[in-house]
Amino acid sequence: MATFLGIDYPTLWFLVVGGLFSGYAILDGFDLGAGALHLFLKKENSRRIALNAVGPVWDGNEVWLVIGGGALFAGFPVVYAFLFSAMYIPFMLFLAFLIFRAVSIEFRSKEPMLWWRKFWDISYSVSSVMLAFLLGVVLGNVLQGVPVGEHFSFQGHWLQFINLYAVMVGVTTVALFSMHGAIYLTMKTEGRLFAKLTLLLRRTIIFFVVSFALTTVYTLIYLPHLSDDFKASPALFVLPLIAMLSIANIPRLVSRHKYLQAFIFSSVTVSMLLILVAFELYPNILLSTVDPQFNIDVYNAASSEKSLGIMLLIALIGAPLVAAYTIFVFWTFKGKVKLDETSY
Amino acid sequence: MDVEILARIQFAFTVAFHYIYPPLSIGLGLVMVFMEGMFLKTGRQVYHHMARFWTKIFALTFGIGVATGIVMEFEFGTNWAVYSRYVGDVFGSALAAEGIFAFALESGFLGVLLFGWNRVSPRVHFMATIGVWLGSMFSAIWIVVANSWQQTPAGFHIVGEGMLARAEITDFWAMVFNPSSVDRVLHVWIGAFLAGAFLVMSVHAWYLVKGRHVELSRKGFKIALAIAAVSSVAQLFAGHRSAEVVARYQPAKLAAMEGHFDTLETADLYLLGWVNKEDQQTWGLKISNGLSFLVNGDWGAKVPGLNSFPEEDRPGAVNAVFQFYHLMVMIGMALIGLTLLGLVLWWRGKLFDQRWLMRLFVPALILPQKANQVGWFTAEMGRQPWVVYGHLRTSEALSEAVTAGQVLFSLILFTIIYLLLFGLFIYLLHRKIVKGPEEGDDFVHRPKQGAIFQD
Repeated sequence: MATFLGIDYPTLWFLVVGGLFSGYAILDGFDLGAGALHLFLKKENSRRIALNAVGPVWDGNEVWLVIGGGALFAGFPVVYAFLFSAMYIPFMLFLAFLIFRAVSIEFRSKEPMLWWRKFWDISYSVSSVMLAFLLGVVLGNVLQGVPVGEHFSFQGHWLQFINLYAVMVGVTTVALFSMHGAIYLTMKTEGRLFAKLTLLLRRTIIFFVVSFALTTVYTLIYLPHLSDDFKASPALFVLPLIAMLSIANIPRLVSRHKYLQAFIFSSVTVSMLLILVAFELYPNILLSTVDPQFNIDVYNAASSEKSLGIMLLIALIGAPLVAAYTIFVFWTFKGKVKLDETSY
Repeated sequence: MDVEILARIQFAFTVAFHYIYPPLSIGLGLVMVFMEGMFLKTGRQVYHHMARFWTKIFALTFGIGVATGIVMEFEFGTNWAVYSRYVGDVFGSALAAEGIFAFALESGFLGVLLFGWNRVSPRVHFMATIGVWLGSMFSAIWIVVANSWQQTPAGFHIVGEGMLARAEITDFWAMVFNPSSVDRVLHVWIGAFLAGAFLVMSVHAWYLVKGRHVELSRKGFKIALAIAAVSSVAQLFAGHRSAEVVARYQPAKLAAMEGHFDTLETADLYLLGWVNKEDQQTWGLKISNGLSFLVNGDWGAKVPGLNSFPEEDRPGAVNAVFQFYHLMVMIGMALIGLTLLGLVLWWRGKLFDQRWLMRLFVPALILPQKANQVGWFTAEMGRQPWVVYGHLRTSEALSEAVTAGQVLFSLILFTIIYLLLFGLFIYLLHRKIVKGPEEGDDFVHRPKQGAIFQD
């Protein structure tokens, strides 16, 4: 089997896909979170500033989902085919909310009527919340395992995606993104809106800590496969420890008004939580609830070595480019939001 | 209705709706590059004003294009799971390249294009515009490569059997440069330039008819007319080359496009007509032996008819394929006529004296859009019953886990959303156009004091 830096190609591509989804969760996470908080801002001017804080970047952030989805399709077509068709309804709803959200951002400020803006504000906020929730629902199902049968067939019921754990992970995702988005907005605003956001931020931290704690307890009790590696090896225990410390660091930094650092740590938290579960699942991606012999792992799901090799090369050439223009764009729009004639 | 027909309707509907927008992004992007280029070259604010106006229209089309585009990607997995598993290995690299080289470039610089007017210098802004335009051009390359591979598969072998069979890539460049990809990418690009240029001409022609923004509109119209004239003539050649590839690699599709059932000594070329599939007759206006000549450069060459292929291996909707194809060709000819007429009048200095011509250009924006749509309908319906030509049947590519009820639900969902979306799009487009470009001395390119990337 071909390797690069001593790691085989399917595992490398697992890391690439994981990295892309982490990037997506960090980037779209803050703009979805900002959307979730939108209705808590009451003044027209505050809402416009909040919207324009994510205005120049949300589209680029969403592209990470397109690329992540493409990378999953390309590297693990079996996972892509199984997961998307088994979770038909959540994915279709996800698409619908994605469109509504994009349209709300584009259209909201195009008309001055109060009812128009109110309608799109609600649409924007509800779809942001639902997108975060549905992402969490899908993740929750992946963490529990899904009914994979022989030849990667789906053996479950189409409504099976709704269950207690999936809902818990969904709510936790909403909470996490809300906190992440609140920190971002705090960073981008000033004056009375800033004061209002610091208040909101404190509440989102509480919301996140509570829902995360409940989900964690449930996971430790009912889903032991998501913690057994860490329990078995004290050396590996450092990973959940980093996650906990970075969560604990957020309120500390917020209380000292170090919002940029808090944002960095909430980003670390988002990616650490994904790293933890990816680490526990690997080499499996989808655990079968029917029979472990039908588990879909990085090897039986992967594209050919040749295909993965080409894609890794493309990723290696492309990643620095993507990083360069992402930094360029964020740099161009750095600092506090100022409305001008180009704004939403 | 069964899952197959519902899933096909859903895909056709969502992709046809999506395809209103990317060609506009590509075409408007090109026009904007020229406008900003003229601004940098001449320093005249009128070009800056028109570029800013078109940037706003571009934002509208781009946003809807991205949102409706993700739907396509997801539908592969949700509705066509077997297809996804089958093609994943081959499409993988094309998709990875599209994501990294095209989408990221496009969406990254979009922020600067739309919101950066006061934050970067004109030169950096021009680079961002080029970046967005190139991104949209690249994404057309990769998605058309993937589709062309479905039409004329190359550079792969089949592994596994039955339900688990899938295509595996053996030669990346053979996959990328499969027999139809280069010609089809050109065909699609030029179709997109036409869609964008005709929208620009339509709006400026409308201003000219109304006597608004006269100087700006004359200049804007000329830029778009030059692009459209070159494109419409080039499209004749690109289209012809695409047809040659079809004749060579997908003869059953060609036979359906021309309503050609029996293999005779020579084949006629229909200008327009009607196909009756039951009694295998095609009526219409035709050029004797024309198809033989166009395909082989020889008036006496044989062209295989539909009956030379087994019934289960040839497209079912013959008349539809025939009509879509002929409509596309007719529109293509009309575009050549219209743009060349414009050029001649421009050359004689009378372009804007002809109010009727301007009136004609206002609704003409529909034409390239229509041609792009029916062209794709020809390509995709003519490919049936295959989803990967000669290898995987559409009927075998569906998701096994998905029921007709679920697909019906999503089909209704998307129909409602897209109708709403289209209504809003037209409403806002109309408003922006009525409002018009903002002109005046206080509306000039002025990066803020101390802004970065000054040059």
